[in-house]
Amino acid sequence: MAHVISAAETLEETLTQELGYNDHFHEHHHGDKFQSNFLTHYIFSTDHKMIARQFLITGIFWAFIGAAMSIIFRLQLGFPEADLVWLKPLLGKWIQVNASGIGKLDPEFYYSLVTMHGTILVFFVLTAGLSGTFSNLLIPLQVGARDMASPLLNAFSYWAFFLAGVVMFLSLFLSTGPFSGGWTAYPPLSALPQASDGSGAGMTMWIVSMALFVVSALLGGINYITTVLNLRTKGMSMWRMPLTMWAFFVTAVLGVLSFPVLFSGLLLLMFDRGLGTSFYLSEIVVGGQVLDRIGGSPILYQHLFWFLGHPEVYIIILPAMGIVSEVMSVHARKPIFGYRAMVFSILAIGFLSFIVWAHHMFMSGVNPFISNFFVIFTLIIAVPSAVKVFNWITTIYGSNFRFNAASLFSIGFVSMFISGGLTGIFLGNSAIDIQLHDTYFIVAHFHIVMGIAAFFGMFAGIYHWFPKMFGRFMNETLGKVHFWGTLIGAYAIFWPMHYTGMAGVPRRYYDAGASFDAFRHFTDLNKFITVAAIVVFFLQVLFIINFFYSIFSGRKVTTKNPWGANTLEWTTPIEPGHGNWPGNIPTVQRWAYDYGKDGKEFIPQYVPLGENEHDHGNH
Amino acid sequence: MTALIILLCFILITIVLVQIGKVTELTAQIKGEREVLRDNSKWNGLLSIIFLVVFLGGVIISAYEFKNVMLGYGPHAAASKHGAILDALFNLTLVFTGIVFIGTHIALFWFAYKYRYQEGRKATFLAHDNRLEVWWTAIPAVVMTLLVVRGLNAWNEVMADVKEGEDYMEIEATGQQFNWTIRYPGPDGKLGTRDYKLTTAGNNIGQDFTDPKNWDDVIPGQELYLPVGKKVRVRIIAKDVLHNFFLPHFRVKMDAVPGLPTMFVFTPVKTTAEYRNELRKYPEYNEPYDLAEPNGPKRWEKFDYELACAELCGKGHYSMRRIFKVVSQEEFDAWYKKQESFYLAQIRGKVDDPNKDKMTLPIEAPIRAKAFGESVKKAVESANATDKTLQLSFINFETGSAKLTEDSKYELDNLVTALNTYPGMSIAIAGHTDNVGEPAANLSLSVERANAVANYLTTRGISGGRLKANGYGDTKPSVPNDTPENRAKNRRTEFTVLGGGIPTNPS
Repeated sequence: MAHVISAAETLEETLTQELGYNDHFHEHHHGDKFQSNFLTHYIFSTDHKMIARQFLITGIFWAFIGAAMSIIFRLQLGFPEADLVWLKPLLGKWIQVNASGIGKLDPEFYYSLVTMHGTILVFFVLTAGLSGTFSNLLIPLQVGARDMASPLLNAFSYWAFFLAGVVMFLSLFLSTGPFSGGWTAYPPLSALPQASDGSGAGMTMWIVSMALFVVSALLGGINYITTVLNLRTKGMSMWRMPLTMWAFFVTAVLGVLSFPVLFSGLLLLMFDRGLGTSFYLSEIVVGGQVLDRIGGSPILYQHLFWFLGHPEVYIIILPAMGIVSEVMSVHARKPIFGYRAMVFSILAIGFLSFIVWAHHMFMSGVNPFISNFFVIFTLIIAVPSAVKVFNWITTIYGSNFRFNAASLFSIGFVSMFISGGLTGIFLGNSAIDIQLHDTYFIVAHFHIVMGIAAFFGMFAGIYHWFPKMFGRFMNETLGKVHFWGTLIGAYAIFWPMHYTGMAGVPRRYYDAGASFDAFRHFTDLNKFITVAAIVVFFLQVLFIINFFYSIFSGRKVTTKNPWGANTLEWTTPIEPGHGNWPGNIPTVQRWAYDYGKDGKEFIPQYVPLGENEHDHGNH
Repeated sequence: MTALIILLCFILITIVLVQIGKVTELTAQIKGEREVLRDNSKWNGLLSIIFLVVFLGGVIISAYEFKNVMLGYGPHAAASKHGAILDALFNLTLVFTGIVFIGTHIALFWFAYKYRYQEGRKATFLAHDNRLEVWWTAIPAVVMTLLVVRGLNAWNEVMADVKEGEDYMEIEATGQQFNWTIRYPGPDGKLGTRDYKLTTAGNNIGQDFTDPKNWDDVIPGQELYLPVGKKVRVRIIAKDVLHNFFLPHFRVKMDAVPGLPTMFVFTPVKTTAEYRNELRKYPEYNEPYDLAEPNGPKRWEKFDYELACAELCGKGHYSMRRIFKVVSQEEFDAWYKKQESFYLAQIRGKVDDPNKDKMTLPIEAPIRAKAFGESVKKAVESANATDKTLQLSFINFETGSAKLTEDSKYELDNLVTALNTYPGMSIAIAGHTDNVGEPAANLSLSVERANAVANYLTTRGISGGRLKANGYGDTKPSVPNDTPENRAKNRRTEFTVLGGGIPTNPS
């Protein structure tokens, strides 16, 4: 793909030729001769844009599976009397048919579904599918790099994720069922095959899959960090980076620091399972059998797990925050309000995320004195979070807001982040957590704040950068139906759960609490939630249809910068090749948020500062 | 079938939506970009406002509708002393978060509507405002400080262990797949020690029965009682995997961890009856408890405090229900009195009993003394000659000798008490053996053993004139000497009440 540099036709091309950095790219033709056939171009690609698309499509596959699982267990919770015999062709022996021909979901498999739903959504969809997709797509494009620091490691990162997925997928077909002890996999339940069917081969495969996933996260993370730190184009100082870059950068740092801790935790769990060690086991009698394991502590595992697990929720939400900041600013035609405050709150949230993990463990038997510190740090997070929310709202204030699927989802994100974030103030206060811990209140909280909110960030990103990924637009009408339907539907699913949670209904109850007088009077609410979940599920199917339909038949992008955005990805050709810019790499002259400045609608980053013009990226 | 119809409906709707999407895209191309932006602004701006109204309206209406499940409100007020503190903190947080929630949502969707795209409008270049940012960093920080201080005060108060010298009652909850074992201390007020390695089918929670504190411990059946107003310290532990001891009405929740005992201290402040009476005021609690029985008991009448598991523990996690009844101290004492020692009822003398070699444990002595006194009384009062002979069941001699074992003293002391109670009574002590060995040797051994009993009694101050001692060897078996068990029955020491007597103390 040797590009002949034609005469400059636009300002952008003129500036790129005059001011751009010449790394003699066109003399190398690197990459492309190895990616000329179908296999090397689409499958074993080392192009970050292709890897991003691989992450995204794999993520969509997993999101579909994970969401479908939730529909099955929601049917059980909402319609416990319903006949599920029609699911027998799909689920086989996990649908138990009684004498009168009524099919019921097996409790063991109910717990497998809940566990797999959590694992898949948290790791495969909202970590790999969200951060994997957009970090890969945007980091080189927005910092002005030809590719990741190590394109090969980047490809390995995807393939490790792919293998993790294969192992997890195969575990769904085990005769003892996939792992069923909850996505947190607390021992001793996860350590003892005697305690649960799913803790046998299912758990072994779960650990293998998660180990592969950690490999993927680390390879990806190291690449993201290195690329952001070392491969920024000329003029792209840290303070001129768009907020997406800051968010992905901090996300990668969190991942690199915390995933190894999860890995070590799982390794010790593997030892307990296979080698007879007692890291997590002590004084256990299971199934009438007295085990000679003494001295371990199940709480040690919880510390190791949540040392990843808490940063993990920020690994999920920070990229969404970055995406929303960028998308919202572009479509508001107005700079993101308080750029530096946004950066500092990302850094503050990133830092604090490492010293709050035990707020998941207030009720787990740790010394109550220790909880004091975790309460303080946890509630401090509300401050940078509040700053971000106020800044987003102020970004809309005084704007000229363009409504489209992308910008609507960015508004939806802020709404979800507020609703879910505020309930965190209840739960982070250990005294209130006594009642709410492990009830539907927490289910509502984390689904809204890191499930739906992160999905909304992801949708905003997909609608916004779809033109960059596939050279076409997604269908706007379907996008808006998708947005308004999902916004209402998601609240319809999760808002009522606050009420059942306050009533004390514990999460992970196969019968939704039917055997307890205090919990069993929410059948109508449970039905309502299930119906809402089914509707929302079909809206997501509509999104998937729109996504794949638009890849092949969407409206074509005709200009390089369809949104009128400032960032560098929109200076690449409509369908950029490997290497991103055919000629010089553009250099950066200003920050990314000069929208509506000096009477101009937008001033891209490659445009030099005017005389006496204030550079907001360089205070 | 329903599933199929629903599926078909959704497919149909999807097809229609996709077609609409295609058509609007085509018309958009005809209309041009600006027209589309205008349309978008109009419709989505409107939808923003509609959503804002419907959403906030829905939130407020639903909150009103579900007010009765909110913490600290109406029928959902805490039934424990510390619960009220938590409920107050919850409601304080609800006020602050509620204000922020409504305010930010109005701003978010109102601004989206107000500043929707309009041709010719220029967006304000507003990059930052330090004063504003300092304010909205400082205000949340102040509110958070308030909540943290209130929260930590509550937390440290609630989680504090009992103080030394404080009056409290300790019970123990053991979680296992998939039920709870609740243990109460016996009259000694102390729970016995445990060792998980001692767990057997009979000894479910591995109590160490060589520890005398275990002998009187009680493991009640399905119904559990607590006295109102009394501080309860629950020791919580798990046998197999993690569980969580959750009493929603008391705001009590704590993980049960194998190998690591945890605890929770709380004070019930409302009896079950009082709580029922409060529920009675609410219409939803006046509905029938069982919908299949419209004329049956109402919900409030059947209310009970429930214990649940709140930590995933396997496929039966959802079924670990127990009931606690909170009653007055008097009712509690009456219930407690009826409870049997688990050890004496289930373990003593059976395969798991480590004290089989000990004939009488100190805890058994008073029970046996009472029974002994009653049988002597019956023997004295009875006119029937066969009732007059009683067996000394709990005395023993060292093998082949007439030396009484140490723990025979309990039974013999009972006999001393009986002789002191009936000063006019005299008794004939009779020694018997089985048919193993030389009859002559058996005879002399039985005489010696009867004398040994008589000698013990005289050392305890009983006049020798009231005692006769005879040995019969193997001549008077009570049952045929055909099995080892029967032979054991024939090796016995009996006494017969001879002269009646008037008790010194008629009670």
